[in-house]
Amino acid sequence: MGVKSWILPLLLLQILFGKFGIAELEQHTERISGSAGDVLEDDPVGRLKVFVYELPLKYNKKIVGRDPRCLNHMFAAEIFMHRFLLTSAVRTLNPEEADWFYTPVYTTCDLTPNGLPLPFKSPRVMRSAIQFISTNWPYWNRTEGADHFFLVPHDFGACFHYQEEKAIQRGILPLLKKATLVQTFGQENHVCLKEGSIIIPPYAPPQKMQAHMITPDTPRSIFVYFRGLFYDVGNDPEGGYYARGARASLWENFKNNPLFDISTEHPTTYYEDMQRAVFCLCPLGWAPWSPRLVEGVVFGCIPVIIADDIVLPFADAIPWEEIGVFVAEKDVPNLDTILTNIPIDVILRKQRLLANPSMKQAMLFPQPAQPGDAFHQILNGLARKLPHDKSIYLKPGERTLNWTAGPKGDLKPW
Amino acid sequence: MFHSHGTRRSNAAARSSASGGLEGGGVGSPAASSASEGSSFLPSASTFWLLLHGLCCLISLFLGFRFSRLIFVLLFSNTIYTYTTTTTTTITSTRTETLTVSFPLTHTPPIETAVKPNNSALELSDKMSNQGSSHSQVVVGRHGIRIRPWPHPDPTEVMRAHRIIERVQQEQRKWYGVKSPRPLIVITPTYARTFQALHLTGLIHCLRNVPYPVTWIVVEAGGVTNETASLLARSRVQFLHIPFHEKMPVEWAERHLTENRMRLLGLRVIRERNMDGIVLFADDSNVHSLDLFDEIQKVQWMGSVSVGILAHSGGPDRTLLTEDEKLNPPIPVQGPACNSSGHLIGWHTFNSIPYSEKSATFVGESATVLPGKMEWSGFVFNARMIWKEAEDGRPEWVKDLDKIGENGEEIESPLALVNDASFVEPLGDCGKKVMLWWMRVEARADSKFPPGWIIDPPLEIVVPAKRTPWQESDDLAGSKLEQDDRRFTRPKSRSSSKRKNALPGQDN
Repeated sequence: MGVKSWILPLLLLQILFGKFGIAELEQHTERISGSAGDVLEDDPVGRLKVFVYELPLKYNKKIVGRDPRCLNHMFAAEIFMHRFLLTSAVRTLNPEEADWFYTPVYTTCDLTPNGLPLPFKSPRVMRSAIQFISTNWPYWNRTEGADHFFLVPHDFGACFHYQEEKAIQRGILPLLKKATLVQTFGQENHVCLKEGSIIIPPYAPPQKMQAHMITPDTPRSIFVYFRGLFYDVGNDPEGGYYARGARASLWENFKNNPLFDISTEHPTTYYEDMQRAVFCLCPLGWAPWSPRLVEGVVFGCIPVIIADDIVLPFADAIPWEEIGVFVAEKDVPNLDTILTNIPIDVILRKQRLLANPSMKQAMLFPQPAQPGDAFHQILNGLARKLPHDKSIYLKPGERTLNWTAGPKGDLKPW
Repeated sequence: MFHSHGTRRSNAAARSSASGGLEGGGVGSPAASSASEGSSFLPSASTFWLLLHGLCCLISLFLGFRFSRLIFVLLFSNTIYTYTTTTTTTITSTRTETLTVSFPLTHTPPIETAVKPNNSALELSDKMSNQGSSHSQVVVGRHGIRIRPWPHPDPTEVMRAHRIIERVQQEQRKWYGVKSPRPLIVITPTYARTFQALHLTGLIHCLRNVPYPVTWIVVEAGGVTNETASLLARSRVQFLHIPFHEKMPVEWAERHLTENRMRLLGLRVIRERNMDGIVLFADDSNVHSLDLFDEIQKVQWMGSVSVGILAHSGGPDRTLLTEDEKLNPPIPVQGPACNSSGHLIGWHTFNSIPYSEKSATFVGESATVLPGKMEWSGFVFNARMIWKEAEDGRPEWVKDLDKIGENGEEIESPLALVNDASFVEPLGDCGKKVMLWWMRVEARADSKFPPGWIIDPPLEIVVPAKRTPWQESDDLAGSKLEQDDRRFTRPKSRSSSKRKNALPGQDN
């Protein structure tokens, strides 16, 4: 009894002191808790086990070797995820105890001279990889891929096309019907987003962004900042197709507005300028997602997302409505009214949330990996999907995947 | 140009066909409209179909694949589409019309986008027609470019945006700037003369922009004058106007000494009133950067910053650099010098040897004005250092203020306030950053200026300058010149006659 009598005041004291510690932190940043809870800082190690298939080098290393530009473009997440998993603590060499199976195939590394990936061979490459794993290991056929995950960071994910109409026509590759897809594309009620997919941010080079950091006491004097195309003169000269007309509308309405620093230039001080801006526009382009979101979060500039029905990265872990501003495409002509009418407390709170280092970490793919970064968030997302439902294990002889579905061209071997 | 004309025409034709289809009862088809037209005319069916064929050829020539796609969808689809036409206006105000067509999606039913009225400018309120679907969907295809009728900034919104920016910057200063900012006490010696308004206006505006509370002690030589008082009254800075009993002497050497005594008087005022904060000496002709005020917040007891010395005579710079000087040009800076580990080891001073023969002795002389060995403006210190009672533990290396200047000795620089100069803290990245500049520009001591810089009474006599760049005119131009002059004088004035010769006593 005597011991217990002073445990309570000790607890009280600790709570008091603990509160002071948290209060100081809260002044500057704020904790982030999404719909899945306070999960950004979860450690996936110990919560799941991933088995990495050993594919022949023609599926991964040789592709990168042919064109090392793949390591710097915004689709490089597939390559770095492979490298991360090879040395990660969640990797297991025993496939019997694995919860998830990873197939390292780089489908977004066939680049044009300009550096844009061509998706025409990607379905065949993926099909060939899946054929390989299904013939050499029994685990694919056991569940038809329901406990496998693939990284498909291209424009429209596993629809493997850059043009939206064609992508919708093709749909997700039939062989990937049951697998979990980790992709950058996310739009509600869209063919190319299947349920249970994990949305990730596009790859942005962390060292390059770090090199352009300026002191945080530099006052933010630009109200709205954007650099990029408004009209895609090569593919859509009249406008109206590109970005569903939203970017063109931005230009026509706000080119004369001194609060909007928008242009098509490519300044060398792009990252520094973002750190001097309060709002950074992230409108859709040919696809709804954009690396500007990552850049805005890293540089503390509130992202203004103009893309109807978009699904943002790690949406269950990050409460994007509290961090960014969502503007419907039809409201773009009123963007200045919308932004200036946001209450100042809301703006300051968004900046506090953005200043949280775990938020910035979650958007990046640093090498070597650091705790809380995008790699770990992907693993956390996979861990949250565990345990697998018993129904994914097929009974012997049961087959649901149609291996001959899809356009004829996809069936050619690679 | 031709193409756009053609587009307009063909689009107009397509529009009429489409709207005709709408009137026809929902199923748009050019055949229906043409059939209704055809029945009212009498020419034979074959010529009519020929005409229609020609029209379609012309349209598809300009619309291209879009027309054929339109016809295809119209004729062969089995669901009802409503066609929306949108118009966009560009700044060059050419009218281009676009058709918004919804495509059949493979897995989902087609949904129309917003129906926009067919005006020259788009309305802001769109009517969303969500027919046949429970959730909103985004449609692939061409959309209109929405432009509001007046795409220019609204002034209230601009003001609101600026207030947002201000508040954000205030918050930034709170997090990343100085944690507990101390108020500043600025001491400025001044006296009424021609260039005073110039110098003080710059200093006033600078102090107004300092983000910390400022108390400005203005010590005026020759007592309080209306000139200075009126400038200070309009300054919107909190000030103390202290008179100093001596008049400002005309010789520079004497002037430096008098200024030092005025600054000491300012220090005594601080001591009497126990004012708290950081003491800074801002001469009225110096130029300060706002970074200086952020930097000096770091001072503990006494700090020193680098002062850029802008010693310049009125005329062209005739000092020829020696070979040695060309290789290592002299840096016109006074301030602390540090060793590699950042400790104070000495002082940079301004090399005044090249100017020694030609320096100015009288104020307003057109020769180089030289600074003192160590300018007061390069030193800042904690006001508690000069308080009577050593409250916060005034360090022992500080002399008591009362004991200074007792014997009538002259105080050359603030280093006389301390026993040991090595305790002075070097600020501004160890003196590498120059944040204020010393400059002395004055007119002759006897130069006149309108009191308060208000021209009253108004100018009556206009005297031409002796050498104008334009030709001295004969009568025609001369009368015009007189007319111009009349415009520039106040209506009450009498004549604005042009006098060829300057009148004595009026010449300034």
